[in-house]
Order: sequence, then C-alpha cells, then structure tokens
Amino acid sequence: MSGPLHDKIERNIGLMGILIAVAISFGGLVEILPLMHQSSTTQPAPGLKIRTPLEVAGRDVYIREGCYNCHSQMVRSLHEEVMRYGPASTAGESVWDHPFQWGSKRTGPDLARVGGRYSDDWHVIHLKNPRDVVPESNMPGYPWLAATPLKADDVVAEMRALSRVGVPFTEQEIAAAPAAVEGHTQMDALIAFLQSLKVPKPEAPVVTPPPTPEQAPAPAETPAEAPAAGEAAPATTDAAAPAQ
Amino acid sequence: MNATWHWFIAAIAVGSIIGCLWLLFSNARGTPGESTTGHVWDDDLREYNNPLPRWWLNMFILTIVFGVGYLVYYPGLGAFAGKSGWTQEKQLAERMAVVKAKRQAVYATLGDRDVAALSKDPAVLSLGREVFLNNCAGCHGADARGARGFPNLADKDWIYGGTPEAIVTSITNGRQGQMPTFSATLDPKVTDDLVDTVKHWSDPNFNAQRRENAMKTFAVTCAACHGADGKGNPYIGAPNLTDNIWLHGGSREKIRETILFGRKSSMPAHKDILGGDDIRVVSSYVYSLSQTP
Repeated sequence: MSGPLHDKIERNIGLMGILIAVAISFGGLVEILPLMHQSSTTQPAPGLKIRTPLEVAGRDVYIREGCYNCHSQMVRSLHEEVMRYGPASTAGESVWDHPFQWGSKRTGPDLARVGGRYSDDWHVIHLKNPRDVVPESNMPGYPWLAATPLKADDVVAEMRALSRVGVPFTEQEIAAAPAAVEGHTQMDALIAFLQSLKVPKPEAPVVTPPPTPEQAPAPAETPAEAPAAGEAAPATTDAAAPAQ
Repeated sequence: MNATWHWFIAAIAVGSIIGCLWLLFSNARGTPGESTTGHVWDDDLREYNNPLPRWWLNMFILTIVFGVGYLVYYPGLGAFAGKSGWTQEKQLAERMAVVKAKRQAVYATLGDRDVAALSKDPAVLSLGREVFLNNCAGCHGADARGARGFPNLADKDWIYGGTPEAIVTSITNGRQGQMPTFSATLDPKVTDDLVDTVKHWSDPNFNAQRRENAMKTFAVTCAACHGADGKGNPYIGAPNLTDNIWLHGGSREKIRETILFGRKSSMPAHKDILGGDDIRVVSSYVYSLSQTP
C-alpha cells in the first residue's frame, strides 16, 4: 500500500503522532471511560462508612509508610482468597479512597478484611515489633508511630482535599476533626484505619454521640462517629442492564 | 451500564475489528517485487513495497477469529452477556460451592459428637489446625503458645476456663479482659509489698510481715476479682495469681505496671468470621492441646 495518503502520513511526524494516539485510544475508550460512568464503580457499596478523622489520618500514615508495598487491600474473586480473607472486594468499596490502596504485591497478607480480626493491643505490639507476636514475621517495626502525635491541621487539610475529589465529608465533620484527633498518635490513627477495613454492612447504625477527646482509642467500637453511609450517599443500583 | 455506553463500547470494539481486517487485507494485495516504496537512496537504492508474508497474515487472522469467538462466548461487547453466561461472580460461586461441599462432606462425618469427642479424631484435628493457623495464629502463635498479652493455649492454665464449652464461647463471642488501674487509689507504701507478694505468692519463704501487710490491701482491692485465695475467677477472666504463668509478664516491673496502670485484653468475636462447624473443629484442636498428659 503506497498511495498519496501513506506518503503524506509517513512524511509528517505530527500527523503520524496524532493518528497513533487515536489508534491506541480505542482500548482506553472501551475499557476505561465507561467505568467512570457505571454505578457499580462510582457509587459507594451499600453500607460503606465514610472514614472518621482518625481513620483518614491513619490512611495517610498507611500511605506514607508504604504499607501498600507489601500489603494489598483487595480480595480477588478466587475461592482460595475468599476462604482465607473473606468476601471478595467490590469496586463500590473503594469509591471514597483517593488513591485506592488495592496494591499489587503481597509480601504480607491482604488487609481488606483485617478489621476486627485482631485487638487494638495486638496491633500496637505488632506495629512496634511484629516478632513479639508473630515470630516468623519479616515485617519491619514502626515504633515511632506511637510517639508521634497527629497534627490536626494535616487531618483537616486532608479531609478538605478528599471532599474536593468527591468524598462527602460535611462541614461539621471537618470542623470536628481537630477535636477527634486531639491527643491521638499516628499509631492510634493507623490502628483505627486498619480496624475499619472490613466488609461494608448495609444496616445503618443509629445516630451517634460526637467523639469525645478523652475517649480511649478504641476504633473498633467507634465507627459510629461518622454518619451512616446510607444518609450521605444513597446506594444506587444499576437500573439499566446486567452489570458487566 | 446504560444503552449509550453499551453501543459506545460495542461500536468501537466491532469497528476496531473491522478496521484491523481492512488494514490487513489492504496490505495483503500485490505480488512481491512489483512496486517500490518510492524512496531512493544513493542514486539507485530502492525498497520494495512487498505485501506482508502469508504466514504472518494468517496468524493475524487467527487472532481476529479468536477475538470474535471470545466476544461471542464471554461478556465483553458492552452489555452483551456472552453465550456462555460466564461472570466472575458466578465462577466464584461455583468454586465456593465445590469447596464448601468438600468441607461439608468432612463436617458430615463429625455427626453430633461433642468437642471433647472430636478432639480425639486425628482428621478433625488436622482440619482444626488449618482453621487455627489461618485465624488464630496471628495472636496465639503458630504453635499456640501465645505471646506476652496473648494466652498460651497449649498449657493447662486457662483464664476463661478450659472446658470445651468455655473454649467454644471464647471463640464465638470473644472475650474482653479488663484489669482496672490502681495508680490513683493504691497507697504507695503498700505497692511494693503487694507487687512482691503477688510475684512470690506460692513461695513459703517470702517475708511473712510483708505478705500480711499486702494481704490487707489485697483483700479489699484485688480479691473481688482474683479471689481471696488469689486463684482467679474464670467467669470474669481474672487470672490465677498463685501459679507461675503470667499473661502480661511476671517480672516485678511488669506486675507493678499491671497493678498501677491496668491491662486491657481483647479477643475478637469470631461468630461472623467462622462458621459453626469451623468453630467446632478449631475448638476441638485447641482443646486437644491441653489434653496431653
């Protein structure tokens, strides 16, 4: 095939570049673009709870320390994984995670269902020196987290940034954040975040006393600090067609 | 997925396939040696514009045939579900059904035997060990010997009782242990004596004067949970202080820390994580660990 068109494209690198971009965009147009408009990937899973300020701070610690380098947060839909970790993850669980923490490498176990499986005290010991409770572990210790207090300004800034990309924090929640993280360490925050990683439960908890600063860090018992997800963003089901 | 996106995906996918075919066949025309690309180098050096080799073309066509077959059989063309009806969820459900049926077959052999009887069955124990390693070893250790703050399950000492029923309850509902703090209420003068008395509880050579001094405080402050004889109370998870087994450490420093600042221990409930039969077999395994003479 050597016509005038071929000749023209071959001699004009700008035109060829544009056409190459068009050619390779088809894959993305088909595989990526529709997902941004599909309720199963854009709507929160039923019962998904919005993170408390402490959990938001803990998620920051998780990312900063690079936990995702060794831990995934996605139970794949394979029976081996479901047997080991719990129900398979769904896209709707991650709609408020920016960026999501799915990860791709498992030097350690998956953490998507780790919430409630260990006590807070276990996490404290394990994060300071994992070998104190799991002798065969090769995870590094993170003892400084327990000695580093949270900065309220950082948490507020993080919540504002997240709300800008679509996490429905209310103004009251953001305003209450400094009090909620007051007196807590990064260790408390990380543990609160880890304890929040579980299958979303559709039944909405009843309304909730505001967090008190003198409360001991017991994140497993305080997810009720956030309003029920069902109120913040009603879960929608895909009306049109079978989910792909 | 709504109709617009369905057609958007389907049109691009089908269009791409047709485009590939067109490109392929438009490049397949002509015979080798017939025309050149038109470039000339070094006065007379030209490049033939030969069609693609036949074997290569055929391979490409095979991939297109495979692609079309795939899109017919599996979901991929927008909302078209594919002739096979395959979905990720369905495949998982089928695999889970197979695995669960296998488990069920094993569990069916359990019959109505109780945990004590099951703990003598090697097949049950190996299954129970599997559940243990997956769910319990993180805190209690792969050898079930625990760690500081996490009870050893392989000895004969039990905080909440070592009967099969107590073990099943501990696993099913979890346990919340709490030792209150006494730093505010305890007379500092008596603290040393109390620490040493607790540490040397069963030592007959311990200073009788100090023991007597400490026991006055013990009787009003500690005995309610740990019992007047210090042997603990499995109903509220108050440990036995008379033996030499220490959950939170048996050094003077650790005992002092425990008395002054309290302890909080928590065993998570597993009723939502494990099924009833899983709990039965893992309870049998745990029970068996303390049954060896």
